[in-house]
Amino acid sequence: MSKMTVEVVTPERVVYSGQAEMVIARGVVGDLGILPNHMPLVSPLKTAPVRIKTEGEKEVKMAVSGGFMEVRGDKVTILAETAELPGDIDVERAQAAKGRAEKRLSEKYPDLDFQRAERALQRAMARLDVTK
Amino acid sequence: MAKGIREIRRSIKSTKNTRQITKAMKMVAAAKLRRNQEKAEAARPYADKIQEVISSIASGNTGSKHPMLQSRPVKKTGYIVITSDRGLAGGYNANMLRAVVNTIAEKHKSKDEYGIFVIGRKGRDFFRKRNYSVMEEVTGLPASPSFGDIKKIAGAAVQMFADEQIDELYLCYNKFQSAISQIPTVKRLLPLEAPESTNDRKMNYEYEPSSEEVLADLLPKYAETLVYSALLEAKASEEGSRMTAMGNATDNATDMINRYTLIYNRARQAAITQEISEIVAGANAQA
Repeated sequence: MSKMTVEVVTPERVVYSGQAEMVIARGVVGDLGILPNHMPLVSPLKTAPVRIKTEGEKEVKMAVSGGFMEVRGDKVTILAETAELPGDIDVERAQAAKGRAEKRLSEKYPDLDFQRAERALQRAMARLDVTK
Repeated sequence: MAKGIREIRRSIKSTKNTRQITKAMKMVAAAKLRRNQEKAEAARPYADKIQEVISSIASGNTGSKHPMLQSRPVKKTGYIVITSDRGLAGGYNANMLRAVVNTIAEKHKSKDEYGIFVIGRKGRDFFRKRNYSVMEEVTGLPASPSFGDIKKIAGAAVQMFADEQIDELYLCYNKFQSAISQIPTVKRLLPLEAPESTNDRKMNYEYEPSSEEVLADLLPKYAETLVYSALLEAKASEEGSRMTAMGNATDNATDMINRYTLIYNRARQAAITQEISEIVAGANAQA
C-alpha cells in the first residue's frame, strides 16, 4: 500500500512525524478518512482523537484540540493547539476533568459558561478515548 | 587613609560575594537564553504553516471580507505589552515601557482611547502606579512559557477586536537581535496584513466547509500564534539582556576588588613601615 507523510505540529513542537497509510480525523462537518493522493484539502478539526494508521493494523492515536488539517498530495499536516500521544496523557486527571465538566453541565448554573464546560468535556473525552 | 584596614577588608569580602551572585545569574541567564532560542526555533514550523495556508486562501479569493483583514476607523486601540516578572535585566523593562509610554502620549488624548494588555509583573506595576487603563494582565509566566500560558490574554485581545471593542491591536515587545542588543518594538498586529502570497506553490485546495469559514477559523489562531512567537522572542531578549547586565556587573565587581586590594596593601605596608620606624626610634633613644 502506498504511503504518505504525516506531521502533527503544535506551537511548541513537532509532536509526530512519520509515514502512514491512512489518517482518520474528525472535521467540523464530519469524519474524514485521508488516503495517499487525496486531493488538496483544508479543514478545521473538532476536539477529538486523530488516528494515524502506520502499517497494517498498527495505528497511532492522538488527542487533538483546536486544530486544523491540511492535505496536499502525499503530505498531511495537522496543526493544533494541543496534540497528545497516549503516553503524555494523565488518565486520572482527564477522568477528574470529565467528571467536573459533566457535573457543571448537569447542574445548570445561571451564570454557567456553557461553551467552556462543553469544550472541557470534549477535551477530556478525547484524551480518555485515546488512552483506551 | 580614609578607611581603616579592617573596613577595607570587609568591603573586599562583600564585593566578592556580590560578584559570585552576579556571575551565577549570568550563567543561568545564558542557559535560559539558549533554551528559549531553541523554543522559538521549535515554534516556527507551526507559524509558517498557518501563514502559508492563510496566504493561499487570501490569494485564491481576492475579495476576502473577513473583518480581521479590514481596517476600520480607529476609536480605541489595544496594546499588548510584554515585560518581565523579575528585574536585574539592565534596561530591558525600562526601554520597553518608555517606548510604550511615548507611543501612547503621541497618539492618544484620553484614557478612553486605548487599553493595555500587560504581560509581566514589572509592566503591570508600572502601568498601575501611573493609572494607565489596563484591561487584562498575566504575571508569573514560567521561564519558557507554553502556548497555553498566554492563550487567555491573546485570545481576549483578539476577541475584543472581533467584537469591535478595539479597532486596532499593537504588539509591544523587545525584538531579539543578539545577546547584547534588543530593540523595543511596537508592531501592529490587527487588522492583519494579509501575508504575502508565495506564488511558487499555488494550490487549489478544497475547503471544508468553505474557504470563508476556514479563514474565519484560522485568522484568530494566526494572531494568537504571532503573540506567542513575540513572547518567546521577548523572553529570549530578557535573558540576553540579563546576561549582559550581569556580565557588566561581574566585571565592575572585579575592578572594584582590584582597587580595594591595592588600597588594602598600601595601608598594610604603611602600617608595617610605621611600626618599624617606631621600633628603630625606640632603640635609638635607648642607645
